Amino acid sequence: MDINRRNFMKTIGFAGATLAFGKSLGAEKDPETDTEFYGMLYDSTLCMGCQNCEYTCAETHGLEEPKDEPEAGIVRETNQNRRTVINCYETSQGEAYIKKQCMHCNIPACDTACLTQAMHKTKKAPVVWREDKCMGCRYCMVSCPFDSPKFEYGSTNPRIVKCTMCAERLREGKKPACAENCPMGAITFGKRRDLIKEARKRIHDDPEYYYDHIYGEHEAGGTGWLYIAGVPMNELGFDTNIQKKSFPALTKGFIGAIAPVDILLPGALLGIHAATKSQKNEEE
Amino acid sequence: MKEKAHTLYPPHKTNGTLGFLLNELKPKGKIFTVFNMISLPIMLVGIFLIYIRFSEGLGAVTNLTQQVPWGLWIGFDVVTGVAFAGGAYVLAFLVYILNIEKFKPILRVTILNGFLAYLFYSGALLLDLGRPLSVINVIIGNNFGVSSVMFLVGWHFLLYMLALLLEFSPAIAEWLNAKKARRILSAMTLGAVIFGITLSVLHQSGIGALFLMAKDKIHPLWYNSYLPLMFVVSSIFGGIALVIIEGSISRKVFSSQYDSSHDHNAILHGLARICAGGMFLYLVMTVLVFVHQQNAVYLSSGMGTWYLVEILGFVVVPMLLFCHSCIKPNNVVIKIAAVMTLLGILLNRMNVSIIAFRWDAAEAYVPSWQEFIVTLTIIFIEIWVFRWIVRRMPVIRKSPEWADDNH
Repeated sequence: MDINRRNFMKTIGFAGATLAFGKSLGAEKDPETDTEFYGMLYDSTLCMGCQNCEYTCAETHGLEEPKDEPEAGIVRETNQNRRTVINCYETSQGEAYIKKQCMHCNIPACDTACLTQAMHKTKKAPVVWREDKCMGCRYCMVSCPFDSPKFEYGSTNPRIVKCTMCAERLREGKKPACAENCPMGAITFGKRRDLIKEARKRIHDDPEYYYDHIYGEHEAGGTGWLYIAGVPMNELGFDTNIQKKSFPALTKGFIGAIAPVDILLPGALLGIHAATKSQKNEEE
Repeated sequence: MKEKAHTLYPPHKTNGTLGFLLNELKPKGKIFTVFNMISLPIMLVGIFLIYIRFSEGLGAVTNLTQQVPWGLWIGFDVVTGVAFAGGAYVLAFLVYILNIEKFKPILRVTILNGFLAYLFYSGALLLDLGRPLSVINVIIGNNFGVSSVMFLVGWHFLLYMLALLLEFSPAIAEWLNAKKARRILSAMTLGAVIFGITLSVLHQSGIGALFLMAKDKIHPLWYNSYLPLMFVVSSIFGGIALVIIEGSISRKVFSSQYDSSHDHNAILHGLARICAGGMFLYLVMTVLVFVHQQNAVYLSSGMGTWYLVEILGFVVVPMLLFCHSCIKPNNVVIKIAAVMTLLGILLNRMNVSIIAFRWDAAEAYVPSWQEFIVTLTIIFIEIWVFRWIVRRMPVIRKSPEWADDNH
């Protein structure tokens, strides 16, 4: 081995720096703010309702091909056989298309609701359902503010079906199928932070054309799918009054109260028992 | 349905334990009663429907939709049933914690009722699970979703069943003439009661908390952030109302087992007073929520009328009847009030979990006849098991003399 003095000093210096700062640097990492979710940006003004996303989704996940077409006045819903739909709405600015699928919330109600952790928000962004854990209680369906999870009622071993943001393709380094195959470029895949910037830029560059709101930036605590359109989103079948804080925040108080009650109430009950018992004995 | 007087104490083990148990398995009492003739065919159909449910999936027997994923089996069997079973923890509180001896004669039968209710409602829950075998994940700790309200409800539910079984176990020991076992089991009763009450308060409120995340799905007249508190308060008088009704039926059916030395009128009037107080508290909370949420705007709609029916007809009226019987006790009035209270609890739980849940859904959920039959089947099986136990163990009748030490 050939260690000269300079290299030796370098090594010592690095080691010393690591010892001195390593720990404090690690502590500064906050998992909450450090999370960089991916997301999808859907631009309703670019979509022409060709259903390419529906076809490519069906092909990627081995589902039935869509048989009906978007039509104003008819609301098509996702179900156990299709994970995304394009709907057409008659809006104040004329007909407009809108895509529907699981919103992949930043803090999902379904993930919190699931008692077996079958519904799971992955680190990258997709909210996925894990077959080996689910017991089919459908509490995720009750809790989801967007009614995204669907259930196979006709099966003896039913699955929860919803958009997975092509989690398995993301793992291979590919984009979600619908984003890759949209001929109009209406669906953009990327880092959620970048997508919000991109959406702002589009609205800023063409304020006459876009309605100034990014649906999903704050709705339900922020969602993985972000929407921009020429009209307010309530004209396109979305709930614009939905709360801005996450839905799991609604049960936080109750969950927090459980442990104190479990610990304190037995003691209080024992106390009351002892008090009334001695009173009874005195009476006797 | 009146049954003949029969041996008050279990026959002693002349043929050994096995012979005794075999002997006990034989039916006691009349077989061809009206109740049996009605319940038996329904139970047979129900069991067949349960078989279809498992061989063809939930969709084959239920009308559940993608938007209303919880139907009658959850809304009635679990959500309503658990409230009806609330009497067990309230009476345990009165007798063991407050040491009110007056209610002791009806304690065991209420505990048994509660235990069977929980046993069969959790059975109903398993029917409703799409993948019931995976329930093991939650129990063995394979996957603990500790942030889930349902996880906590499930565990409190499970442990409470254990506590109820412990509270009831001295009766089983007396039936089997197991003196030593009875002594050990009786010593554990107070502990079981204390944890049982704690677990009850939390799972009764937890069932309300299950719906907290369904904020935008439940009609604003029924949704509020105090649902857990409302559920636990209404379970107090709901449970007691069921104790009143169950008691008046049992007194007719099992009349020979009742001990004439107990003052059952005094018990009934005491229970009525608890209901009056509990319902008043509940009404105050309801009004506060109504005013605070500025819900008056919804009253003019159809759902508003439905809400008024529930609150005025099945909370205010029975409350006034209970209050009236506090001043001037009248057993008939109390029983009418108790029936109305039960209907009110039923309405409230069905409203929160089914009727006002996605009331605006395009495809409305109406339970199928199969769902009703299976629900009835579960209730009937429970009553059959209840009857089997009451006829054999010292539940309503006095304990055998050797066990009468601390009573």
